[in-house]
Amino acid sequence: MSGVARAIRTAGEGPLKLAVPRGALLAGTLDLLDAIGVETSELRGDSRALVFDAGELTLVTMRPSDVPTYVEAGAADLGVTGKDVLAEQRDRAVYELLDLGFGACRMVLAGRRGDTRLGESERRLGAMRIATKYPRTAERWFEATGRQAEVIEVKGSVELAPLAGLADGIVDLVESGRTLAENELEVREEIATSTARLVANRVAHKLRAAEIDALVERMRAAAIR
Amino acid sequence: MTHPIPPGTRDILPDEMRELRRLSLGLIDAFERFGYGEVATPTIEYEEVLARGDERGAPVAYRFFDEAGELLGLRSDMTIPIARLIANRYAAAEPPFRLCYLARAYRAVRPQRGQMREFTQAGVELVGASAPDGTAEVVEVLAAALDAAGLTRAVIGIGDADLYRQLLDGLGIAGEERDGLLDSLAMHDHVGLEAQVTRLDLDPRRRETLLAVPTLRGGPEVLERARRLGGPATERAVGRLSETFEALRARGIADRVSVDLGLLRDLGYYTGAILEVYDPALGHVLGGGGRYDELMSRFGRPLPAAGFALHLERLHVAQAEEDRLGAEAAGRGPHTVGGRA
Repeated sequence: MSGVARAIRTAGEGPLKLAVPRGALLAGTLDLLDAIGVETSELRGDSRALVFDAGELTLVTMRPSDVPTYVEAGAADLGVTGKDVLAEQRDRAVYELLDLGFGACRMVLAGRRGDTRLGESERRLGAMRIATKYPRTAERWFEATGRQAEVIEVKGSVELAPLAGLADGIVDLVESGRTLAENELEVREEIATSTARLVANRVAHKLRAAEIDALVERMRAAAIR
Repeated sequence: MTHPIPPGTRDILPDEMRELRRLSLGLIDAFERFGYGEVATPTIEYEEVLARGDERGAPVAYRFFDEAGELLGLRSDMTIPIARLIANRYAAAEPPFRLCYLARAYRAVRPQRGQMREFTQAGVELVGASAPDGTAEVVEVLAAALDAAGLTRAVIGIGDADLYRQLLDGLGIAGEERDGLLDSLAMHDHVGLEAQVTRLDLDPRRRETLLAVPTLRGGPEVLERARRLGGPATERAVGRLSETFEALRARGIADRVSVDLGLLRDLGYYTGAILEVYDPALGHVLGGGGRYDELMSRFGRPLPAAGFALHLERLHVAQAEEDRLGAEAAGRGPHTVGGRA
């Protein structure tokens, strides 16, 4: 059966469907799948296909931020995505089953190096202007720390916002900190740490309990190693 | 030029309405066969009455004033209005009361997620019959309703609202730690649960218990595992679930039910058994319910109670999906479902 035919196959039957994130978490996810003996060579090639037959699993590839959407709706039984994505989409009803350990990064508040604008804006204007791709995480952070902020959502390179004068600072995900440094930004506060997580659809978690539990145990063993 | 309607609401046109009507007639018919009489209550009630539910329950999302300055609200489910109805209208009557409904309810939800502000619930309330037999009766009615909808593959998950709380109490975990663990479980965040449990000052066996119990789900054998893991701390809840399971077996519907010890419904008034309904054709939960033995006392009539509500529109989607799958499997065109009753 072709990958596509498998993807649209009956929910609740056949191989479990796993949402695989493209981008920064892809390599770690594929390594993990290799470690538990799932075939990933086809996905590692330069195929433009979105769906791959990997024997016991059907792999569907997508942006990490779409993973909770597919899993919540049951269009994928399981998925791999970052804790940062789950924190931003907190109201998605998915089971968070396992910390996979890879893809470690930090959610931080950053400002321009040596610049006092963050504090100045808060003192004189009553609120900081913060650009971010994670508006809800940012709003929750300022609320939790009792400060006011005007959160501006942007889609592209957030680092541009303080340089061009759109915002006083940014809330963003940082892996090595190099992008920040290259744009003369520095970390002011650490909001959270994030790693890749395995999530499951609520219904699949019940109706395919044994298969999912067995897969979780194999992934847990592989992730620890 | 179009004239918008509020997000999370919708119009229903004849083709869909015809199918919804047939589906709901089948459901009400199944309820009536078990002696549940259909009732209707006002869509709007005094906010004060609706607020007797629970602050952790499905809160009243829409409030407004009437011309006399009274604060009114739109119901978020039918359980509270029916508790009020029984207290008012059956004040002198002998329990048990068996009532059913097909009614719109209103909740604040984010649209574009398959969630609606206005949606239709079909359900029953059994007031004045205690566990385990009252619970088993409600589950039997639920199974019959699912059959009437043609959802013969649907599974009823049964758990216990107090099980994990009792486990925490039994292990002497209190205060913020207890709340944190319950929050993680309610959010289905097993990673957060594990992180918090690891930080607790507990011996490894107890840690294992706290992590393993909420993942237990399956046939009645998981009750035995829970008993072994939890010991005295879970004895009461596990014993209660075992009794319910026996009662289900006696009614011949145990095979429709899957035990799930990780279930924690977010409606605050649940005590004892909780139910959730799944169908393999749909990724969303179709409905739920359980016991709420404390609720009626808030209306001055302390009686044990249990019930469930099915989400009519989701049942319809599952029905359509099962129809499509059935047609594909049989290699022929769409056929009729729901005609079982």
